[in-house]
Order: sequence, then C-alpha cells, then structure tokens
Amino acid sequence: MIELIAQNPILAALVALVGLSILFGALLGFAAEKFKVVGDPIVEQIDELLPQTQCGQCGFPGCRPYAESIAAGDVINKCPPGGQSTINAIANLLDVPAPELDAEHGVESEVKTVAYIREDECIGCTKCIQACPVDAILGAAKLMHTVITDECTGCDLCVEPCPVDCIDMLPVAETIADWKWSIPAKPGQMIASDRRGELSPATHNEGAA
Amino acid sequence: MAEFAVILVSSILINNYVLVQFLGLCPFMGVSNKLESAIGMAAATTFVLTLTAMASYIVNAMVLEPLGLIYLRTIAFILVIAAVVQFTKMFIEKTSPLLYRVLGVFLPLITTNCAVLGVALQNTSKDLNFVQSSLYGFGAGAGFSLVLILFSAMRERLAAADVPESFKGAAIAMITAGLMSLAFMGFSGLV
Amino acid sequence: MSRTWVTPGGVHPPENKHQSVTLPIGQLPIPEKLVIPLSQHIGAPATPCVEMGQQVLKGQVIAQAVGMVSIPMHAPSSGTISAIEHRPIAHSSGMLAPCIEITTDGADTWIEHQGISDYEHISPRKLLEMVGNAGISGMGGAGFPSAVKLNPGRQRPIDTLIVNATECEPYITADDSAIRERAGEIVEGIKILSAILDHPTNIMIGIEDNKPEAIAALAPHVEDSGISVVVFPTKYPSGGEKQLIYILTGKELPAGKLPADEGMVCINIGTTFAIKRAVIDGEPLISRVTTVTGDAVGTPRNYDTLIGTPVRHLLEHNQFDEQAGGRVVMGGPMMGFTLPSADVPIVKTTNCILAPSYAEIPDDEPAQPCIRCGMCAEACPVSLLPQQLFWYAQAEEHDRLEAHNLFDCIECGACSYVCPSNIPLVQYYRAAKGDIRQAREEKVKSDHARDRFEFHKERIEQAEREKEAKRAARREATQQAKADHLAATANGTATPAPASGSGTGTAAPSAAPSSSAADIIAAAQARAAAKQANPEDQRAKLERTIASAEQRLKMAEEKLAEAVNSDNGKQDKLSAAVENTRQKLEQSKSKLAELAE
Repeated sequence: MIELIAQNPILAALVALVGLSILFGALLGFAAEKFKVVGDPIVEQIDELLPQTQCGQCGFPGCRPYAESIAAGDVINKCPPGGQSTINAIANLLDVPAPELDAEHGVESEVKTVAYIREDECIGCTKCIQACPVDAILGAAKLMHTVITDECTGCDLCVEPCPVDCIDMLPVAETIADWKWSIPAKPGQMIASDRRGELSPATHNEGAA
Repeated sequence: MAEFAVILVSSILINNYVLVQFLGLCPFMGVSNKLESAIGMAAATTFVLTLTAMASYIVNAMVLEPLGLIYLRTIAFILVIAAVVQFTKMFIEKTSPLLYRVLGVFLPLITTNCAVLGVALQNTSKDLNFVQSSLYGFGAGAGFSLVLILFSAMRERLAAADVPESFKGAAIAMITAGLMSLAFMGFSGLV
Repeated sequence: MSRTWVTPGGVHPPENKHQSVTLPIGQLPIPEKLVIPLSQHIGAPATPCVEMGQQVLKGQVIAQAVGMVSIPMHAPSSGTISAIEHRPIAHSSGMLAPCIEITTDGADTWIEHQGISDYEHISPRKLLEMVGNAGISGMGGAGFPSAVKLNPGRQRPIDTLIVNATECEPYITADDSAIRERAGEIVEGIKILSAILDHPTNIMIGIEDNKPEAIAALAPHVEDSGISVVVFPTKYPSGGEKQLIYILTGKELPAGKLPADEGMVCINIGTTFAIKRAVIDGEPLISRVTTVTGDAVGTPRNYDTLIGTPVRHLLEHNQFDEQAGGRVVMGGPMMGFTLPSADVPIVKTTNCILAPSYAEIPDDEPAQPCIRCGMCAEACPVSLLPQQLFWYAQAEEHDRLEAHNLFDCIECGACSYVCPSNIPLVQYYRAAKGDIRQAREEKVKSDHARDRFEFHKERIEQAEREKEAKRAARREATQQAKADHLAATANGTATPAPASGSGTGTAAPSAAPSSSAADIIAAAQARAAAKQANPEDQRAKLERTIASAEQRLKMAEEKLAEAVNSDNGKQDKLSAAVENTRQKLEQSKSKLAELAE
C-alpha cells in the first residue's frame, strides 16, 4: 500500500494532504468541544465601567444592554453621564481608540444633578416611582412622593412621566470637601499671571466657582 | 549543551526574526500599543512557534519526505500552522476573554505571520533534527517576545510623550523600530 | 548622641530664617473681629453651641466636637458673637466655609479655668479628655486631632515618642522661637505626653542642626529626664513624619501604615506646648506662634497670635508694603499656598505668613517642556519617579500612576524646586490624586446604583410572578368549584361544594351548602369559559388589543419624530419606548396568528 502511494505521486500528494487535514480537523474538533466558551465575560467588564444611571440616553433600555451592544461591536461614545472619562476607560479596556462623546446622544454636563419633587404640586400618581430605575423615590398611591437625594443618580427618567410636571433637576453644589485641583496648563504655553499691585489669586482655579 | 545555547542566542539576538530578518512585522506593529496585550500576543506567538516547529518537523520527516512530496512543504506547513493557531485561539478565548478581545483579528493573523512559516521552512533547509528544530522555534518565539515587549513599553511612553503632530502614531513607531533594529544589528558576529 | 540615618533625596534651599529670629516672640493688639472657622482640622467640623449676640469669655467653648475625629473650638478672646455664617477661609479653592465671628470687647477676660499639676497620678484617659476638650490638633500642619492620635488603642503599644522640632521649611521660625523662650514648658508637655502614652521607652526630640540656640535652651530641661535631643544635619524635607521617623530610628514606614502601627507616635513641638497649657493651666488652644516674614513686611518676627486673627491684622502691624510683593503665602515657600485674600483668618495649623517681595520670590515663570534630565528623581525624598508621574499625570493614566505609588507622594515640592524647566510638578500630582479619588468615589456610587437597579428589576419580576401565581391559583380554584358543582348537579344532590385545596388564600368558594352560591359561580364560570372557548371572541379581544397598541405606537412614533425634529435630546429614550411598544404589538399579533391556526 505504501509502495503504491510512493510510486504514484499525485495519489501520494492527495493522501498526504487529505490525511493531514482529517487529522488536524479531528484535533480541532476535540479542542472546540473542550474549550467551549459560554456567555460573554467581556460584557461584565464593560458594565463595570458604565455609570449605571440606567437613563436610556444611549438608546438602550439600561446600561447592561449597552454593554452587551459594545461587546458586539457598537461604538463606545454613546454615554453622556459617563462622559469622556468613561469612554477613555472602555477604550483602554478594549484597546481601541477613544473617540469624542457623540453629541447626538447628549452632552456631558459639568454639574451633577438630582431630582427634586415640588411637593405642593404632587398628586400622588406613582408614575415617577415606577419610572425610577434605582427606586430612589419614596411614596405610595395618593400619598406624598419624595426623592431620596443620596440614591438619585440624576438620570431624569422621572421627569417625563409626571403628569403635573412637578419634578425639577437641581444641580448639586460643589463643596470644599469635593473640590479638587485641576491640571496645570501644558508646559511650553504661557501661563497668564502677571498681576502687579494686588494680591494674586490662587493660580489654579479653573475649575472652582 | 553549548549547541543549545548557541541556537538560542542565535535565534533570539543575532538573527532576531523581527529586527534582523524583518519577518513578522505585522503583529509587531499592530499589537504593541499596550504592554498587557503585547505580553499576551508574545505568549501566543511563542506557543504557536514552538508547536509549529515541532509539528512541521514531524510532518516533514514522516509524511513529506518519505512520500517524496517536498514540493508540498509550503501547503502542508500552512495547514499545520492554521491548525495550531486555531487551537491557540480557542485556548485563549477560554482562558482570557479580554486578551482574546484585545488581540482581535491579530490572533488568527498569526497564521499569516511570515515568521512562523519562515521558522518552519528555515528548519527544513538547515537540515536540523527534532530537538534543534523545536529549540529554534522556541528561540524565535522568545526573540519575538523580547522585542515586542520592549517595543510596546517604548510605545506606551511615546503615547504620553511630546511627539510633534506630524510624527504621532505610526511614524514615530516606525522610526523607533528602525532604531531598535540598528541596535540589534550590533549583535552580528557574536557567535 | 543617638545615631541618625540619612533620607534619600532632599534639597537645600536658602534658609532665610535669620530675619525673623532677631526679636523675641511679640504680642499683637487684639483684633477688632476674630473669625474662627469650624473646621481647622482633619475630621468632622465642629458645631456651634453659641447664639448670635451671646457674650463669650476668653477660652469659652463656642463649638463642640462632632463624633470621634473632631475637636471643639474656643473663643480666643472675650466679646460678642457677631456672626455665624460662611466666610472666606485660607483654602486654595477660595471657597467659603462656616465660621463664627466674635467682635472683641478688648477686655480679654478669661473664663474660669483650672488645670492639674499632678499629671503623673491622673489616668491617661482623663489626660486625653483634657487634651480633647482643649481643642488640640496637630500644629505642625496636618491638624489631626491630638486626642485621637494619642489614643492608638491597646492593640498598638507605643514604645517610641518622637517630638518633631525639625521645622525644615525655609523662612519659618515659629517652633525655633517657641523652643528658645518656652523650653521648660515644652519639656513639661513632653512629660505629660509620656504619661498619656504609658511611658514609652524611647523619647526623642528631633531637631536640625541649624537651631543651636534652641538646642542649648532645651539642654538643661532634658537632663535626667529620659528625653534625648537628637540633632541631625539640615535638609529639606526632614520634618515630614515618615522622613523624621526614618532619620531617628532607621525604620521605613510601609505605605498606608500609621506610625502607631509600628509602635511610634510623632508630635509637633508646638503641640506639646499646647498640651502643657491645657493640662497644667487648663487653657484651651486659642493661640499659637506664627512667623510673619518676607521682604514685603517691615519687621519680620514671630507673634503669639490669637486663632481667628485676620491675616490683614498681622500684616498691618508689620508695615506690610502691598506694592513690594505680588502675594501673601500661608505657610512656607515650599509647601505653603497663596492666599486668595488677606481677609482670611489664622487657624490652628498656620505656622507662617510669608509676604515676599518680587525680588525674593518672583512670579511663576512659564513652564517649559520636560527635558528628561532626571533631577526630580534625585531630589525626591520618598524615592519616587516624579518624571514618570508627570508624564502619566499629563496622559491621565490612572493605573500607571498608582503603579508608580502616586499616593506616597508627600507633596513636599522638592522636585518642582529642582526642575530646570520650572514645571509645577506638585500641581500635576495634586490634580491626578484628586481625579483618582473622584473616580474611586464614582465607582462606589455606580456599583451601588447597579445593585439598586438589579434589586429593582428583581422586585418587579417577583411582583409579576406573584400576580401570575395568584391568577393561576384563582383560575384553578374556580375550575375546581365548577367541576364540583357539575358533579353535584349531576348527582342531583345539594352536597355542598367544599373549598378547593389551593392554599394561596384565593377566593375559593365557601363551604356554604347553598347551591345558589355555587350556581352563580358556575354560571359566571360558564360565561367565562364560553368566552374563552369561543375563538371569535378571543380574536375580537386580540384585535382590540392590537388596535390600541397600534394607536400607542403611532403616538410614540410621533413623539419621537417631534423629538428628532426639535432635537431636544430625548430621541434615544423615546426610541427605546417605541421599541418597547412595537415589541408588545408584535406579541399580540403573533398571538392572533396562533389563534388563527
């Protein structure tokens, strides 16, 4: 048999290649079963980086569906509450370039906001309670509703359903406790200073009120 | 013993596959943006290179040469490489989904990495035995890993550095690679 | 003489201390108004316990400590409470903070106070209470409540007490003058500390060799007391807690650990004086020695300043020449900060007011690009890599920054001092630290929000399931009742239909024997069953559902179109809602299709 194959070069080539293919195919098939991957852990890691406001501004009903979409190849710049820092973090994770936030989905607001219900006007309809994704509104039917400010993420999903439009998004004031330095201007660029004749203010105040 | 040392030094430094022989530049440039992904890629390629060197030697010695099918070397080796890379891909997908995700298309592209095929073909042309072939394969992988990791560490620093606008990105990377290559050519004549 | 070790790095800026030690510690006239911030320390701000218009005496408590890590505030002079409101304070942000303002009456009347002279026989707990009630916090700069620091707990016995008399920063001579004039009281304070800490074996006063007069002043008082004065070569920044501990003991404190974890406590020498006054004289912390120096003031010297004195008061009494210099700095030239205005008050941690002339400390020169010379790494006392930290801070790479131990940086400024390109390195590190801390806080918040969202989802699903279960049980119950009723009528008996066995508390027919009840139920059942069975009716019902769903979808789509047109930023939420409605419509349609089969 070997002699037959050895003598007939075309047959030999055929047998050799087909044989190798079958062998490797079998090995790979076995490996495919052994190394089967269930689910997508990438989604978890992306979800960790998203801000969890569940606001829907990205077009998906929540942060996890957007994470799943990113894992499936969607662009990463759709999340305004996360802002540029979240885009950079996801870009870092997935080793892709970090684009600018897509203005179509909203702009990154400088100030954090929380919801506030004007209790005089509240009619107790519970529509906002049903809308809140983190259960940050306290209340019951025909009873007063109020927002627990510590739990409110500022997603403003409650503003729409309110029939009497009594919910405001108020900015959270910056306190001394959460004030932080801003990064200095890049070296090589002139820094405006020169104010002779008066006490110069702290020179790094770009972010402070 | 000395022979093994010579083989290793030769394949890692003197005849470095990336910087001296200029094979495998595609993943060298493509996966060197971050140190972690570079380490992952280096490990994957070393694994593939070693396995391929061994498997291609066996295929050559037991199938191709006895049947007089030397002309089929290229195809057969590509078959071997494709299978090994596919196996590696499955393994990485299971053990580190993040690395799998990060390497992206470069993982199956190891198949077309000319360094892998180059190692396989060079081993046959030099008439080496099994152990020597495997060592060459491993050395090639180690050399590739060394320069890939060095290069990615440098690229990370370059990314944060003050590069002039027109040189940013690929341009400065190429220049750096060229300088590294110059440095590695200093090893010639070592052994 | 004890052995000393040498810290890595460090710089030797010109000391400029000679100007302010020519005169003894002076007294200033009492300012018209004293502004006492409620937070001069690390920990919770104190809460006021006085009212507007209240008369207070010198040393009276005006604000109480809140919680464990906090200190009370006392009136530095007698007078009337004229304001309790937000006022400018000495903070780089320029923001306001709650303060109590006292309009002084000039009489400077002390409240009744008494200390104890025999501290050796008082329990450490009582001594600590006295220290805490006196409002003493670290006066070296950090302001940590001393009563908390001196109480590390039984798990951490203290064997070394280090008194920090280093005062390594240029220009500042507050501690130096205090030691020269008050050495006896200071050593008494150290003995009190020793009593509080249960007599540690090793008590050292660490002092630099540029203070020979202070060393000589201490010598007679420390003889035979077990306290050793350890002199070491001058270098900036030897006065940092970790640096001083290394110099005196050779021990390197691991990152994130406190000195108490290694059996050591480090206290500033000014604080020991305050502790002596609190325990022996019963006086709370209401004044401190502050250096007023710089070429823009006429007479540089040290003053025993009342806490709450406006900086302007200090400058006015020193012939401050506003035109001569560009700024007023609180602290020294290395770690101090420029004051937003001169109307801020002195606090418990203010050791120096520096008013340099332009010649002395010129305005910041513009920073030039980094030339990678590496001088910053040579100067760093913590052996960090400032150059790498700088590049990573610019690139905002948080994980690389943490890998290079950004949080071990003590912000001493030695790297910025030596940088030939005048890059304000410490500013980069401060900004980066702030960013990383903020990112950590946001992560905690978003994890919490995710948990609440998951729980919210689960709650909704649970409610759905319960509703389904109830519906199913009710259906089963009525089926059972109907079956029983049929059986009953078939048998021609009026046996009561017993309650069905479903235990979910649904409205099972009661065990009343009246067949009329069962009849009514059966009739209703029959109607419902008939409706169910009748495909016509079902189809009609589904068609109605579909019609209303289509209506809703149309409205939602209209809203979406309007939003797209007016671009009011709600497109995505609305499109998500549209998707939802569409899906429901599809479901109803498919049900209808199923029915048709």
